[in-house]
Amino acid sequence: MSKKKDDKRIIFVSETEMPPVAMSLGSMLYNKTGAWRNIKPVIDLSRCLKCGICWKFCPDTSIDIVEEWPQINYDFCKGCGICAEECPEKCIVMVEEEK
Amino acid sequence: MSKERKMTITLPREELMSSGHLACQGCGATLAMRYALKALGQKTILCIPACCWSVIDGPFPHSSLDVPIYHCAFETAASSASGVRAGLDMVGDKETTVMAWAGDGGTFDIGIQALSGAAERNEDFIYACYDNEAYMNTGIQRSSATPLGAWTTTTPVKHYKKERKKDIIGIMAAHDIPYIATASIAYPEDMIKKFKKAKDIHGTRFIHIYAPCPTGWKSRPDDTVKLARLAVQTGYFPLYEIEEGEKRTLNLRIKERKPITDYLKLQGRFRHLKQDEIDLIQAEVDNNYQKILKKCGL
Repeated sequence: MSKKKDDKRIIFVSETEMPPVAMSLGSMLYNKTGAWRNIKPVIDLSRCLKCGICWKFCPDTSIDIVEEWPQINYDFCKGCGICAEECPEKCIVMVEEEK
Repeated sequence: MSKERKMTITLPREELMSSGHLACQGCGATLAMRYALKALGQKTILCIPACCWSVIDGPFPHSSLDVPIYHCAFETAASSASGVRAGLDMVGDKETTVMAWAGDGGTFDIGIQALSGAAERNEDFIYACYDNEAYMNTGIQRSSATPLGAWTTTTPVKHYKKERKKDIIGIMAAHDIPYIATASIAYPEDMIKKFKKAKDIHGTRFIHIYAPCPTGWKSRPDDTVKLARLAVQTGYFPLYEIEEGEKRTLNLRIKERKPITDYLKLQGRFRHLKQDEIDLIQAEVDNNYQKILKKCGL
């Protein structure tokens, strides 16, 4: 099966090369949804309680836990603001995106 | 002070849904899928009819989920899942879970005959319905899951919906299937517990998930989880389960229910309602909650 792979995106050269089964093949990680947002969340880690609630309620799975601290992946965060709303300590604020 | 604190994680760490999917900002359905897959694990096959999730997942051959997905026709979620199960049984695979994952249109309206047929045959799969109370994917048309008084594009403000929401749990309970539960994205621990429980039961299992939709409900995207929580706290969407067709358990008993206006005022689709209509909805919610309490023997 000849297929090109660029930045995790799989491109089939022709339709006949597609596998004949319904299956999930590649990930959607080539689709950087971070471009959708106009406000972005910023975490004040000095007040963070490490409760994991922001990670729990992120619909884009764009909050990772790195060495027990939450870290926002701005490549994929769509800026919905659920993390800022649900944070019990209110240490996540939504700030205007700048160019 | 928080440096020494340990991270408290109450959900499984395994992530089977990747970033980069095509859902709107603040989508409730993606959270529902994320929790469901955390509970079921990688040995799962999904059957998804036309619904938001058939778009969210991404265009073939890409997928934001790490499990195989079978995209089927709108009315065939339950019958496709029956077929996939039968195929797995033929090759002797007993451990893979088959899950049909449909929206409210594909469950309450279009998919109900396939679902009813599968439930009557007691086919061995989980049927999860994520309920966002209208046909959101095609442009917010009214479905039989749309609540009384709501605006949609086919029930505009002057002719808002005058009919009540269909009691899908009542319909499924009448089929006498082994497990029925309601779950809400605001209570992920409860939802994961229910999916894990459903995984270990054989026969048709039905899980009704409440998943707010900021686009269709005209609410703020950051209020998604808050709305789902308020729906439970006002008694509009009680969390309960029915085992073996008779044993009913209320998972979360709300002692002092909040007034329904708290829930309604966050949503633009209820903005046109006047006080007497809100009173009518409140009476409806009270009535339903009392009925469920009575059925649970409380």
